[in-house]
Amino acid sequence: MSRQPFIRELSRTRWYFRQPRYLRYMAREVTCVFVGAYALMLVVGLARLSEGRAAWEGFLQALTHPGGIVFHVVALAFALYHSTSWFNVTPKAMPVQIGEGFLPGGIIVGAHYAGWLLVSIAVMLLAGVF
Amino acid sequence: MAKSNKPVVWGLFAAGGTLTAFLLPALIMLTLLAALGHVPDALSYDKLHALAANGIGKLVLIAFVVLSLWHAAHRLRVTLHDFGVRADALVAPSVYAVAACGTVATILYVARI
Repeated sequence: MSRQPFIRELSRTRWYFRQPRYLRYMAREVTCVFVGAYALMLVVGLARLSEGRAAWEGFLQALTHPGGIVFHVVALAFALYHSTSWFNVTPKAMPVQIGEGFLPGGIIVGAHYAGWLLVSIAVMLLAGVF
Repeated sequence: MAKSNKPVVWGLFAAGGTLTAFLLPALIMLTLLAALGHVPDALSYDKLHALAANGIGKLVLIAFVVLSLWHAAHRLRVTLHDFGVRADALVAPSVYAVAACGTVATILYVARI
């Protein structure tokens, strides 16, 4: 009666530190915290916009708080990581078959990056940044 | 086959993920500029109010915010599991409830403009 069951040494809360690949996976998943927080910020912004000019200008003023700037910088970093990780898996998510073969993944990823660049420039241009 | 709500939430997750991948960095740049005191033209009250008062503008704003919320909610559900929170019966209704409340609030606020 001296069985020694195999116990897997795997932490439920820190397993992703074991391998860089796991850490990259977790970083990708954690981007959702910032996507969600930013979306909730936009909900608040739309609420202020619906309340009139003074409320909207108060919202813009609140963004200038140092915490607001730090949040934006961190959220931007995670948003860029979300975009690149999202586009990098597009050949797996939607492979394009041509005859017997498949369109090389690099072309699919490259097309998404080019589209992303164009959309980003268009948004900034329309918003009057340049 | 058993009925499941998985295709619905996964569809919203994928749509939101694609939309945010293309647009979110540029949008964060706009509000970052505002946070730094250089409010872009489009974020002035007159310009943004005009956009939100327009029918197509309303749809665009609602679609972006709502799909971002559902994308984040679904991914957060999985992420919490990965961080060792094994309580999906509680986590799933909570994250989706926040997304649903955000959806209703967004539609009401934009409709009011």
